[in-house]
Amino acid sequence: METLMAFAVGGLYAAAIYMMLRRSIVKLVIGLILLSNAANLLIFTAAGMDRGLPPLVPEGALVPDGPVADPLAQALILTAIVIGFGVLAFAVVLIHRAYEVVGADDMDQMKDTDT
Amino acid sequence: MTTVVALPVIVPLLAGAVSLALWQSRMAQRVIGVIGTLALMWVSVDLLLATWREGILVMHMGGWQAPFGIVLVSDMLGAIMVVLTAIIGLPVAIYSLSGVSARHEHFGYYPLMHLLLAGVNGAFLTGDIFNLYVWFEVMLVASFALLILGGERAQMEGAIKYVTLNLLSSVLLLSGIGLLYGLTGTLNMADLAVKLRDVEDPGIITVIAMLFMVSFGIKAAAFPFFFWLPASYHTPLVAVSALFAGLLTKVGVYALFRAFSLIFDQDVGYTHTLLLWMAGLTMLTGVLGAAAQFEMRRILSFHIISQIGYMILGLALFTPLAIVGGVFYIMHHIIVKANLFLVSGVVHRLKGTHELKQLGGLYRTHPWLGVLFMVPALSLAGMPPLSGFFAKFILIRAGVEVQSWWIVGVALLVGLLTLYSMIKIWAEVFWKAQPENTDVKAVAAPVQGGGLWLMVVPIAGLALLTLFIGLYGQPIYLLAERAAMEMLDPSLYIEAVLGGQGS
Repeated sequence: METLMAFAVGGLYAAAIYMMLRRSIVKLVIGLILLSNAANLLIFTAAGMDRGLPPLVPEGALVPDGPVADPLAQALILTAIVIGFGVLAFAVVLIHRAYEVVGADDMDQMKDTDT
Repeated sequence: MTTVVALPVIVPLLAGAVSLALWQSRMAQRVIGVIGTLALMWVSVDLLLATWREGILVMHMGGWQAPFGIVLVSDMLGAIMVVLTAIIGLPVAIYSLSGVSARHEHFGYYPLMHLLLAGVNGAFLTGDIFNLYVWFEVMLVASFALLILGGERAQMEGAIKYVTLNLLSSVLLLSGIGLLYGLTGTLNMADLAVKLRDVEDPGIITVIAMLFMVSFGIKAAAFPFFFWLPASYHTPLVAVSALFAGLLTKVGVYALFRAFSLIFDQDVGYTHTLLLWMAGLTMLTGVLGAAAQFEMRRILSFHIISQIGYMILGLALFTPLAIVGGVFYIMHHIIVKANLFLVSGVVHRLKGTHELKQLGGLYRTHPWLGVLFMVPALSLAGMPPLSGFFAKFILIRAGVEVQSWWIVGVALLVGLLTLYSMIKIWAEVFWKAQPENTDVKAVAAPVQGGGLWLMVVPIAGLALLTLFIGLYGQPIYLLAERAAMEMLDPSLYIEAVLGGQGS
């Protein structure tokens, strides 16, 4: 399972970088979306994938008996998803405004501020 | 009482929330802007003094002991950076009273400014690496919105590059954090430092360290990751530019200092040699980029990059004196650079442009502005007796001591070229006669209520501070020395976070 996930993560990163290198700003944002998802999956995979081991403490006990899945990774991903969602919402509005102002969705038309 | 550690984050957050609640009242937002940053200054200095007296202060959030809970840690480096944030925040808030138009205030300038300060301070104080990522994002979101305040074409174009590269950097940081967590099962920086010592395979640590180096390198605008900076920093309001120039890239530098002194000190020979090359090339490319520019804020933007090189140089040499120099350089640079951007704003107010070719004759009409420009400009170039001289002197001496002659040569050369750029601005903007055949728009700048003096007072204050550091640098040097001592001996930090009884 880990191997499969590793390939999925790698594929997502590759696709994201490819999209970000395109000239269209819409594809740029699609690339950013893929990129943040790739990072989330990476955390999920790196933290270890345990199946059917809910991190629950039995009633009356202080520690869970036996090994449990690590819930912290899920918390990290959840935080990262929320942050990524907010930032990407901003990015979508930004490219919309940029399209309105510049009148093109081509990165090559947006070089006025470089040098 | 360790709540003092959280106050530099809480105060600007609170000020931001209150000014957001008073959205309708411009006057109230302006008053809170000044009061909030003044209060921030108060709590920051208080934190610095407490840290100086009692050593590293640790606050366990929610009462959860480290390494399980999130900690806020104020060591000397963090406390110094927090005070510097306040030192920039207050003048920019005063400057904004006159320098930010009513239209921009209606877009929510003040709440965003407070949010940015809160994010920056959070990044400086947190002792948890995932929390660092969160504060980075808080800071970035505020900076995105500030960058496009006004919605002009150049701002949109600059913002797309800024947003893309900063998001890329955040994702790399997140990936690095994920791998680090998979490797050690902890996020607390002190605990990470301990656990990484026991990892058998040093190769994987170096790989993760590279992820962090690239991510923080993008944020710090180091070579070869700096392209977003000159594309965007000259587009927003001048007050925003000054805030960014003073603080944002320095958060990246701070993160580099923190990560590569505390967490990744296993393979210093490899990582810090790489940093050394990065530093040298950052200095050179930045200063050469500036030489080709003829727009005031673009020149200053490129100089941010070259100066970042000096700070990284301090970290890369990794001797006690070099770290002292790096910290001293950060202190000097934040003050000077923000000040130069503020001066460029006054020039724009007076002449309606930043283009050197259309400017001129300002020394004849406003000699005091020329003097106020000269102090930070010469300080940036490293002329004695200003703060930049001692900052460069310490670094170069550290370079001589470890006998890496080429980096010393680069540092000296870049100092000289910086002087060239500053003299170029001086000659074009202040000294030469006003060119006649250009169609300078008669003061098109957004002038409103408050007078010019509101813009000049913060500049004068920062210039005096530069002079003060130059003429009376001993206490500043002591602060930097203490910070360097703590950085080179991570066991102090680890002891304070993991061994303490908590609040």
